[in-house]
Amino acid sequence: MKFRNRLAVFFFCAVNMTFPVAMHAQETDFPRLQNGTPDINGIWQSLNNANWNLEDQVAQQGAVESLGAIGAIPPGQSVIQGGSIPYRSEALEKRKDNFASRRVEDPEAKCFMPGIPRATYMPQPFQIFQTDTDIMMAYQYAGAVRTIYMSNHMNAPIDSWMGWSNGHWDGDTLVVEVQGLNPNWLDRSGNFYTNTATITERYTPMSAYHLHYEATIEDPAVFEEPWTISMPLYRRMEEGARLYDFKCPEFAEEIMYDYLDKDNYFRNLGIDPDEVRNAQ
Amino acid sequence: MRQSTLLAASIIGLVLSSGPAMAQQETWELPRTSWGDPLIQGYWTNSTMVPLQRPESLGTKEFFTPDEYREQLRLEFEEEYGETQAGTAADVHYQFDDYLMNKQADTITDNTRTSIIYDPPNGRYPALTEAALASREAYNTFRRDHQWERARNRTQSERCLIWDQEGPPILPLGYNSTYQFMQTEDFVIIQLEMIHDVRIIPLDGGDPTEGAIPQWLGNSRGHWEGDTLVVESTGYSGRTNMPGLRGAPMSPDARVTERFTRVDDETVEYQFTVNDPSVWQAQFSGSYPFQSIDGPMFEYACHEGNYGIENILSGKRVEEHDAWKAENGITE
Repeated sequence: MKFRNRLAVFFFCAVNMTFPVAMHAQETDFPRLQNGTPDINGIWQSLNNANWNLEDQVAQQGAVESLGAIGAIPPGQSVIQGGSIPYRSEALEKRKDNFASRRVEDPEAKCFMPGIPRATYMPQPFQIFQTDTDIMMAYQYAGAVRTIYMSNHMNAPIDSWMGWSNGHWDGDTLVVEVQGLNPNWLDRSGNFYTNTATITERYTPMSAYHLHYEATIEDPAVFEEPWTISMPLYRRMEEGARLYDFKCPEFAEEIMYDYLDKDNYFRNLGIDPDEVRNAQ
Repeated sequence: MRQSTLLAASIIGLVLSSGPAMAQQETWELPRTSWGDPLIQGYWTNSTMVPLQRPESLGTKEFFTPDEYREQLRLEFEEEYGETQAGTAADVHYQFDDYLMNKQADTITDNTRTSIIYDPPNGRYPALTEAALASREAYNTFRRDHQWERARNRTQSERCLIWDQEGPPILPLGYNSTYQFMQTEDFVIIQLEMIHDVRIIPLDGGDPTEGAIPQWLGNSRGHWEGDTLVVESTGYSGRTNMPGLRGAPMSPDARVTERFTRVDDETVEYQFTVNDPSVWQAQFSGSYPFQSIDGPMFEYACHEGNYGIENILSGKRVEEHDAWKAENGITE
């Protein structure tokens, strides 16, 4: 831990000292659209442990032991600036409950749209489309999608899973303010926010091949103060890379509806399903 | 009823007066993107009273006269309002009035066609192949015997996987008929309100069979032919249905050609041809307009709010349990 702190201080200084140089390098290192804004069109993906746990994670047996090591939780370092999430105490209890029921209650297990920022660091790619006006982000997981309104900003007219996104360029950084989100989980460990959350995202191109992503999460119902995650996002470089279908509701039917399966339902009542068939 | 008739009348008036802008035609200039492609970005509806297949009584009559069209709309509105009468099944299912699901509350595209399909000339689906008929028969038998047993035996739309109208070809639905078109130099993106599906169409003019793995909405590749966007699709999942044809899904190698042409500020003309020899004995074509509407498009979270599956299955379980109790003389 001590080492990591020192490392953090080192990076902090290094970033500050080299900032003007870095900015200069950026100007030539990534493509721009004709209107001068950075060209961040393309397919992107994170490469980290954030979807398992935003905080530090030690390797651990997974929620479904029958999957063997395939279902195990891999280790990874926290993506949170400062290391951990500043939960209010009662919210921390809720996080623990979430963790205990994660096999069936994680919205990812149920194939619910992942919300923001989780959509960004799902272990599946997403694609950015910069049109003449608004920006669209399409996510492979659950076919989630959102429009980022670049000029016609407004408050969310209604809550939704992917929220309402108002965007603008701050220099070469795309800043997106997201509100109107349904309550959702942030990872497979049960970290969560409620419908009073607002998320401020920052997408900064660092080269033609990677973006620096930051998201500040503010939700006074759950957190003592705003907190920020950051991570690189990498361009998918495979020739012909594209998003494919991941229509996952059918993969979630067993955990969601199996108790209503005719055979299961009557066996659970101690009734032979065949007897029910004959009674019809 | 009086109020609804008035509303219907005013809508018919609106529809007819905002039709193909004849007067503007001379001066209208096709709007373009910053890189010069025809601009089709925006929000569109294909809500319509025009059926996919023409009523057989109309024979080869492809269009209504304006008077006939007006009368047709009046009848359709009247029929829809009939469904909202208290005590009818339709009224219990969807209270059209309360949730603005009635077409009279919607923007209805201006279209005097008697059917969306115009080729074959009778405006109807061509004949199915033997294989498709057999497959549909097997599906119907399975549905009859097993549809209540478990979630995966329900229809794909009930399970929030796909709607039969998503295509391609895109066909009108009864409600939530909003489409968001987005454009970059390299892609046209079509977002369908139901079920928040996104078709990402690369504009490289490539072959849609290239590097494709089967997809629910097929693999689409597009190019601009003059001012018309031409999209070729194939590589379907083998589970994608067309309306009225459950059990005989589009085959993986079905070929669909779509053409999108912006003809005025309000309208993108849409034309499609379906060629799927293992399902249909002939190819067929259809056409209808997309009409411009105000955004935004709201998120259609189908699966996340899918109380239907649980209610259908739990209702059936209670019914079966009651029958079993009666059979075994259990009274409480």
